[in-house]
Amino acid sequence: MAVKGKIAQYSEMLKNKDISCIELTQKYIDEIQKCDDKLNSYVTVTPDTAINTAKIVDEKISKGETLGLLEGIPMTLKDNISTKGIKTTCCSKILDGYTPIYDASVWEYLKNQNAVLLGKTNMDEFAMGSSCETSCFGGAKNPHNINYVSGGSSGGVASAVGGNIAVYGLGSDTGGSIRQPASFCGIVGLKPTYGAVSRYGLIAYASSLDQIGPITTTVEDAAIVYDAISFYDDKDSTSRGKSSANTIDTLKNDIKGLKIGIAKEYFDGIRDDVKTAIEKAIKVYESLGAKIVYFDLPVLKYALPVYYILACAEASSNLGRYDGIRYGFKSEDYHSIHEMVSKTRSAGFGEEVKRRIMLGTYVLSAGYYDAYYKKAQSLRGNIVKAFKEAFNICDVILAPTVPITAFENGHAVSDPIETYLTDICTVPVNIAGLPAVSIPCGFGNNGLPIGMQLIGDMFCESKILNAAWQYENTTGDDVFKSAEMGVKL
Amino acid sequence: MKYELVAGFETHIELATNTKIFCSCTTEFGGEPNTHCCPVCIGLPGTLPKLNKKVVEYAIKAGLATNCEIAEISKMDRKNYCYPDLPKAYQISQYDMPLCQNGYVELSSGKKIRLNRIHIEEDAGKLIHRKGDTLVDYNRGGVPLIEIVSEPDIRSVDEAKEYVEKLQLIMRYIGISDCKMQEGSMRCDVNISVRPVGSEVYGTRTEIKNMNSITFIAKAMEYEFERQVDLIESGGKVIQETLRYDDVTNTTSSMRGKEDAHDYRYFREPDLVTINVPKEQVEKIKKSLPEFPTQKLKRYVEEYDIPNTDAQLLTKYRKIAEYFEEAIDGIKTPKTASNFIIGQIFRKLENEAEKEEFNIKVSAKSLNELIKLLDSGKIKMNLAKSTLDKMLETGKNVYELISESDMGGIDDNTLLELCNQAIQQNPNAVNDFKNGKVKAVKAMVGFVMKNSRGKADAVLAEQKLIELMQ
Repeated sequence: MAVKGKIAQYSEMLKNKDISCIELTQKYIDEIQKCDDKLNSYVTVTPDTAINTAKIVDEKISKGETLGLLEGIPMTLKDNISTKGIKTTCCSKILDGYTPIYDASVWEYLKNQNAVLLGKTNMDEFAMGSSCETSCFGGAKNPHNINYVSGGSSGGVASAVGGNIAVYGLGSDTGGSIRQPASFCGIVGLKPTYGAVSRYGLIAYASSLDQIGPITTTVEDAAIVYDAISFYDDKDSTSRGKSSANTIDTLKNDIKGLKIGIAKEYFDGIRDDVKTAIEKAIKVYESLGAKIVYFDLPVLKYALPVYYILACAEASSNLGRYDGIRYGFKSEDYHSIHEMVSKTRSAGFGEEVKRRIMLGTYVLSAGYYDAYYKKAQSLRGNIVKAFKEAFNICDVILAPTVPITAFENGHAVSDPIETYLTDICTVPVNIAGLPAVSIPCGFGNNGLPIGMQLIGDMFCESKILNAAWQYENTTGDDVFKSAEMGVKL
Repeated sequence: MKYELVAGFETHIELATNTKIFCSCTTEFGGEPNTHCCPVCIGLPGTLPKLNKKVVEYAIKAGLATNCEIAEISKMDRKNYCYPDLPKAYQISQYDMPLCQNGYVELSSGKKIRLNRIHIEEDAGKLIHRKGDTLVDYNRGGVPLIEIVSEPDIRSVDEAKEYVEKLQLIMRYIGISDCKMQEGSMRCDVNISVRPVGSEVYGTRTEIKNMNSITFIAKAMEYEFERQVDLIESGGKVIQETLRYDDVTNTTSSMRGKEDAHDYRYFREPDLVTINVPKEQVEKIKKSLPEFPTQKLKRYVEEYDIPNTDAQLLTKYRKIAEYFEEAIDGIKTPKTASNFIIGQIFRKLENEAEKEEFNIKVSAKSLNELIKLLDSGKIKMNLAKSTLDKMLETGKNVYELISESDMGGIDDNTLLELCNQAIQQNPNAVNDFKNGKVKAVKAMVGFVMKNSRGKADAVLAEQKLIELMQ
């Protein structure tokens, strides 16, 4: 059975007065109270803000005013998206007590649309991690099995959306942080083209790679949210907005003759059950009339080192500002400015963040810059070029999102290098600035969801979402199986 | 042994744009601490910079005014260092692709001090130390700066002084900065070394940081030159280090050595896009620039026949040059104007700052009127001079201060009488005039002039005659 988008469905219910916005919102708030002990997906719940917005929406409905699609829909934001008057911590002790005085551009927009913000969701500290467990609040759990992680870094959003305690959420993806947790939690995550969504107000991890995107339960919802948040923003110099039409307009188009590229390098070292699931998906696409094109992408072997060098380098600079002087946590035990900053940062940052700051500082240092940072920049160019060439022979690239399914709790943080390696399939897209959507494509031997990603050329969100929707529409509930918890309407 | 001084300058100049380099906060000097700030310029998490186009334009102006090449493509970089006045822990600056390169500033001797580069960057905030506490004021954070880096072409303290003054003059002329050293809108770092006269090799240099007055620069350089020479003479070695100058003791002392030099870990600022400056834009900016002092000077000497030394005084400050040019409009003797300005007018101005302000009571138009009277012979030099003094005192114009009689002419009644006489005694001319022969009035003007022995104002006489005949 085809999967129905939640947003359109709920919006319809609100308009038809099947349910009031306050009732809908209250249901979510109640379920958050019930489920969140297990999931730990929220770090800040904002019931008052949510109910206030719901009241405004109900008033509009009672007056017979037309509603926008996202109006009155309960949602969440990753805790690295700036929200005026609402704590934004990046799940780091160093931002303890910090409340932004301005809104991120995406949130400013959605707020004006009367999006109902349920709260801020958990994440790896400063978006550095693959399991959500580097969060100073502890990790968010996988709604399919709470003994497993939700993934990272946008684990809280994925956990909340997968666990049906938010209709949708916005995450951020620097090296896979939207797609990987979406894959682990059996839901949809779209990493837009670099520049498609404003980064203003997104607390930076690696500025040249970061991108905000939607995490949803269905492809249609991802398209709706993406269409809403993708606009040119004068506050972000790298912002370019949408290329042309809304993705929703072409979502359900026929994909006969669509050329789907498969690069074998994406399948090196992936787990057998993941591989089998992807192969099955390829068959689905063939049955839909898509043409499968096989090609090589040898430059992918450089993607991980390039990613970790560039991301850490930028992070080491971006995180320099947390010194305890202006906001956030400050160590009280010091005798000089130097000691204050040093102690604040030592106590305020977690292990993973410190590791990346040190790595990044190292690769930018005099004497090492050429060997690491410069080389990585030049390889970045090669990767961009290789993808460009690939899109001469295919329309979209199909690949696994992660070589495995969700880690067991505690596993990822115990072996950082092994964990870094699992980013292999997601990082190339960030390096090249491309859009990619992760969608579920079955379950592993352990019963946990498997995800696959469709990668498009720059600003080809329409194409990948169209291809994703066709797959979702064909496989339906078998693959897009919701976790047994949270709100059911 | 005789030693020669070798110096190069790094000069920071605050640009006089209305808003900061990456946000729309005001650049106004002063203000209550932390009131000229916003989330962007205090570097709140998640904020992004947005490059102020005016800053690029101003920097290009500075580049063009100092004979630089303007890069068609440049970019911003991050200079990473940790200090409480730097809220992002990096300064957005330009590293390997500056906006302007390879320029020079010409000294009066004709010697060219080469400029390596001019780049744009943001200023930092300010620390205020008070009763054992240190407070930070971020008002200045994000104010746009250009950094002008010279080659080590300076060989004496006098050259150094002239170089700094020249830069100041040029930047003020093109209106991109007030270059007030005492307010910190112009600050200099001096790299200084010594070597035996005749040597081709540079000695080890020290850098004296952050000097904010030309007098101190000169003193510090003199001190540092002596220190280095003494050190070498006594068998020691100059070590590469960063120094601060203490204007009370007139000495330099070490801030940090070479081994403590910062590793700034420069890398491209990912939050900003490439800066493209099309050739057409540079041309457009070039056209908008005022005539430079050196060009003006040449023109004054050649076209107006003004002595070089006077022309230098007139062109030193833009306001004076503009005043002079307005005052000589339609005047045959620009030299007279020059003499008035350099003589009587300058005497009213106490110092260089006042000259630069050039706030005087006599408008250029008034001076122009005065010179015109002098040129036409209606008044003599003595009267012109005393009248100018009165004008400078009172702000009144020449016609308010001197009557017709003062002009060595005749008063209104006498003029009227003479005109009536002319009409009575020249009936033919009157007839001719009334029959439409307008020129006939000229003969009668001649009569009036003759009978007033040249004292009457011909123009006034003509007016009066026509009035009487009509």
